[in-house]
Amino acid sequence: MTTTDTSPAVVPQLGPDAASGRKLAIICSKGNLDMAYPGLILANAALGEGVETHLFFTFWGLDMITKATMDDLKFTMLGNTATHMPQGLGGLPGMTALATSKLKKAIADLDVPDVPEFLEQIVASGGHLWACRLSADMNHLGLADLDDDVEGIISASDFIEKTDGAQLLFI
Amino acid sequence: MPVTTLEGHEVHVDAEGFLTDLSEWDDELATVLAAQIGLTLTDEHRAVLTFLRDDFAQRGETATLRRASAGSGVSVKDLFRLFPQKPAKKMAYVAGLPKPVGCV
Repeated sequence: MTTTDTSPAVVPQLGPDAASGRKLAIICSKGNLDMAYPGLILANAALGEGVETHLFFTFWGLDMITKATMDDLKFTMLGNTATHMPQGLGGLPGMTALATSKLKKAIADLDVPDVPEFLEQIVASGGHLWACRLSADMNHLGLADLDDDVEGIISASDFIEKTDGAQLLFI
Repeated sequence: MPVTTLEGHEVHVDAEGFLTDLSEWDDELATVLAAQIGLTLTDEHRAVLTFLRDDFAQRGETATLRRASAGSGVSVKDLFRLFPQKPAKKMAYVAGLPKPVGCV
């Protein structure tokens, strides 16, 4: 007697039908090195899952895509109790530089790219970078001052319009 | 571990369907796995799969997208073209490896 295996094949849900139409909007408002990473990591993860992803850089977050500053973001112990160090120490000369270089090393040791390279990877993965109009005007910056991959300097309402139906993260 | 049958090939898989026994994989099975997720393998795909298999043998973990790109010399953009939508998971599945656990 022969039997036929009729149980369905176990296959991960990765096929062409898996696309969900899901969209993610991430607003990056911080210019500290440590606060640049959450948005970049989440954007990268979302893109890797086939989620359409838009990043909007506003206020200090504009530093992340400004040519003059994007590779020179800093990390400070000041005001950050999560370092569990005496706050007075953070104010000593050279401490911010020291903390920054330590954090950069820790990030590189994990094979996580620096900010400019991370943005490059996000764009190569299909992510969209937008600069905030008001923040650019406040800092007297034009598109030429920003990373070449930035698609445009747009108003907050333009961004809301572009990300219709998206889930939103404010960082 | 469940056993599943894909076009006549019996393979051990985890709950999601990723292969759990490295030795069950060969070039022919790669074609079968690719077909399950709607892909037709070309030499470009196979070059990436070869890197992933070799890298896994050395490191014991599946390369993330960034590592796969740096190691295989195929750009991230091309990896998205070859394995659309979810490249890291698709590459791992077709290469018969666990899905990558790294964040970046």
